[in-house]
Amino acid sequence: MSIFLYSLISGILTGGVYALIGIGLTLIFGVMRIINFAHGDLMMLGMYGTYLLSTFLGVDPFVSVLLVFPAMFLFGGLLQKALINRMLTSVAQNQILLTIGLGLILSNTVMLIFTSDYKTVTTSYASSTLKLSENVSVSAPLLVAFSITAAITAGLYWFLQKTDTGQAIRATAQDRDAARLMGINVSRMSILAFGLGSALAGTAGALLMPTTYTFPQIGSVFTLKAFVITVLGGMGSVVGATLGGILIGIAESLSAVYISSGWKDVAVFVLFLLVLLFKPSGLLGKSRT
Amino acid sequence: MLRIDKLNFSYGDMKVLWDVDLEVHPGEIVTVVGANGAGKSTTLKNISRLVKPDSGGITFEGVNLNRLQPHEVVGLGIVQVPEGRRIFPEMTVTENLRMGSYLKATRKFRESNFEWVFHLFPRLKEREKQLGGTMSGGEQQMLAIARGLMANPKLLLLDEPSLGLSPLFVKNIFQILTDINKEGVTILLVEQNVYQSLRISNRAYVMETGRVVLSGSGEELLNDEHVKKAFLGM
Repeated sequence: MSIFLYSLISGILTGGVYALIGIGLTLIFGVMRIINFAHGDLMMLGMYGTYLLSTFLGVDPFVSVLLVFPAMFLFGGLLQKALINRMLTSVAQNQILLTIGLGLILSNTVMLIFTSDYKTVTTSYASSTLKLSENVSVSAPLLVAFSITAAITAGLYWFLQKTDTGQAIRATAQDRDAARLMGINVSRMSILAFGLGSALAGTAGALLMPTTYTFPQIGSVFTLKAFVITVLGGMGSVVGATLGGILIGIAESLSAVYISSGWKDVAVFVLFLLVLLFKPSGLLGKSRT
Repeated sequence: MLRIDKLNFSYGDMKVLWDVDLEVHPGEIVTVVGANGAGKSTTLKNISRLVKPDSGGITFEGVNLNRLQPHEVVGLGIVQVPEGRRIFPEMTVTENLRMGSYLKATRKFRESNFEWVFHLFPRLKEREKQLGGTMSGGEQQMLAIARGLMANPKLLLLDEPSLGLSPLFVKNIFQILTDINKEGVTILLVEQNVYQSLRISNRAYVMETGRVVLSGSGEELLNDEHVKKAFLGM
């Protein structure tokens, strides 16, 4: 029982960080109807940013979020302005090629600079745990990562629901031309959405650094994961991506404990297929006509 | 106020508008009538800059619109209520209306504009928290017009506001348009409901296959033999 509780909790905690990656992807998809295949690579950049800050400047990985978030926001906004905005009216294949190509350039540039060695950050608390009860304890860095994730997600949700700019992002996602007719500068909303999506991906990368390692090609794993999370929750739904992320985290964690860690991807994809079989538009997705 | 000069436009290889000339003066209700595919909606899309013309100029209060982005056109005071209502389906009535006054210049009038549109459409006040997509067609049309008014338009463009509505709603909508006009909003209306729209118009244009074939006062056109035969079934 305590093993079950332990793996359930750590699944939820990891899933929360996954959710952050998924939310970024779903936000970009919602506003621009493009799938960002470079999403995992943007997360990888966040990981290397944290690695650099921690190794050379001694910045705590969790504190590094304060720098990684704005830096990735600017980087993502720049990518959107310089490259992706030009492709929005183009055919889908071209958009796919653009983001896949972008991902390849990012991962190979990082490999050129840092080689393909695994990089880790060392912290005093990497393996410290918090006792929840007699037999159940959780990883402290994972708990901190989850708390930061929760705060960011809540902040983002508030921004999208309550502010004029956040509402304009949602309006652009729901009807681009109607948004234009309201005086909304939709290309600026796209820049904002891609910037936010990149910042969320990079932040997730930073938050994972205390408990995992990174290498230049790690992005492709996470692009796929983000895609599964997004489709599972319903394309374009922020709440859906949160739910999807946590479900994937739980599925990975439970299957690793009860089957074997080599099977955790199988569990994720079986869950994915089951959801698609019974609700093709995703858990909270609306079917589009 | 608005002046369209020899506007030509094509969708790819298909030419849709041929030398369209059109003028709207301050305070008027001007209607463009015509059958499906005559180029009425395309003309409005050109004014709002959702599409870009092949040639020809559009000026508004002396400002050339040719280099502007759609959101900049809204900034000048030209607001379009698009065909098919196009409200934001997953936003509440209030949120939809807030988007109408998104521009900074109109945001400071938001509260008084809310009062104005709720006065014009009391039904919307009752449905404040409802999601736009779950409302009836007539309510959505009210919301679309109200959302347009939230932007403090000088010139309101309406694309087929009566489309798909029950006769009672249609009458209601045309009454409200005359009320809005009396409060100082100039209106350019595109309609297939020829009789109702000509009755409330100061002036009107008849479009056929991408050309303006006839223009005159609303009353003149109502009594025109060609209009009677082609649109009114008389």
